[in-house]
Amino acid sequence: MSGRQIDASEGDTAARSAAWSLHRFANPGRFLRLAQKVQPWLTTAAIILTVTGLTWGLFFAPADWQQGDAVRIMYVHVPSAWLASSGYFGLAICSLLSLVWRHPLADMAAVEIGPVGAGFTALCLATGSLWGKPMWGAWWVWDARLTSVLVLLFLYLGHIVLVRAFDDPTRGYRAGSILALVGVVNLPIIKFSVDWWNTLHQPASITLLGAPTMDASMLWPLLISALGFTLAFAAIVVARLRAAVMERRIRGLLMARVGSR
Amino acid sequence: MTHLPFIVASYSLAVLVLGGFGSSAWLRLASARRRLAAIDTRRAREGSR
Repeated sequence: MSGRQIDASEGDTAARSAAWSLHRFANPGRFLRLAQKVQPWLTTAAIILTVTGLTWGLFFAPADWQQGDAVRIMYVHVPSAWLASSGYFGLAICSLLSLVWRHPLADMAAVEIGPVGAGFTALCLATGSLWGKPMWGAWWVWDARLTSVLVLLFLYLGHIVLVRAFDDPTRGYRAGSILALVGVVNLPIIKFSVDWWNTLHQPASITLLGAPTMDASMLWPLLISALGFTLAFAAIVVARLRAAVMERRIRGLLMARVGSR
Repeated sequence: MTHLPFIVASYSLAVLVLGGFGSSAWLRLASARRRLAAIDTRRAREGSR
């Protein structure tokens, strides 16, 4: 066997093993067992962190020297903005798994992420607007950041409608997956809009590589609130997905019963 | 506290969104669990006949 053939066969084995482990975790029964164990911890941690972060931000974090107490809106707005984008990224990953590997759980996860992501995006836009009115003097401006987040909301809404628009659910999942993958192009636009264009929206205060441009007394409640929102998003999606798996099982059992008569 | 109405509205919306999605997910899960248990019990009864 030549070196190239061995490489190809090793690559094939690795791909098969990756696909196998992916399908192993896609088993709805295994997912239900795992989710049942994780859900209480996830929900408890989400409640504790969200309540702590929001209470800290609302009552104990200092007011900003320029913005006054309106800065407290940031403890809701920034986590919801973070989840609007990362939720969509999760939706796109599920769509990719659905298109490439016909992953049944990924289809259901994409359907369940959509409305939650849309809710968080709407919350991000609404709280941004509530901050914008006293700070900018306008509820809305057609700024690149705001507009790209509005496009994200429309992408979520489009996905919600599209996956339910067909009599054959498989066709709906496929169409929704394509829309979700095309829409991923909007995520870097949202992220870099404040750098690429001269926007009214301020640039990021927290970056992966640089030091935050925010005082620790404001940074900590923000990070705790962001972590709490993230866990809450995950807990909600897991609960919805568990319900969806059970509902599919109920439909299957009822149809089998009707068929056996 | 300055800008109080805007702050109260923001936090209320957050509670509404998180609470709304959380409680609807929990209710849907509880309902699915109950229906599935009912079907399983019926199937077990029919199987033992």
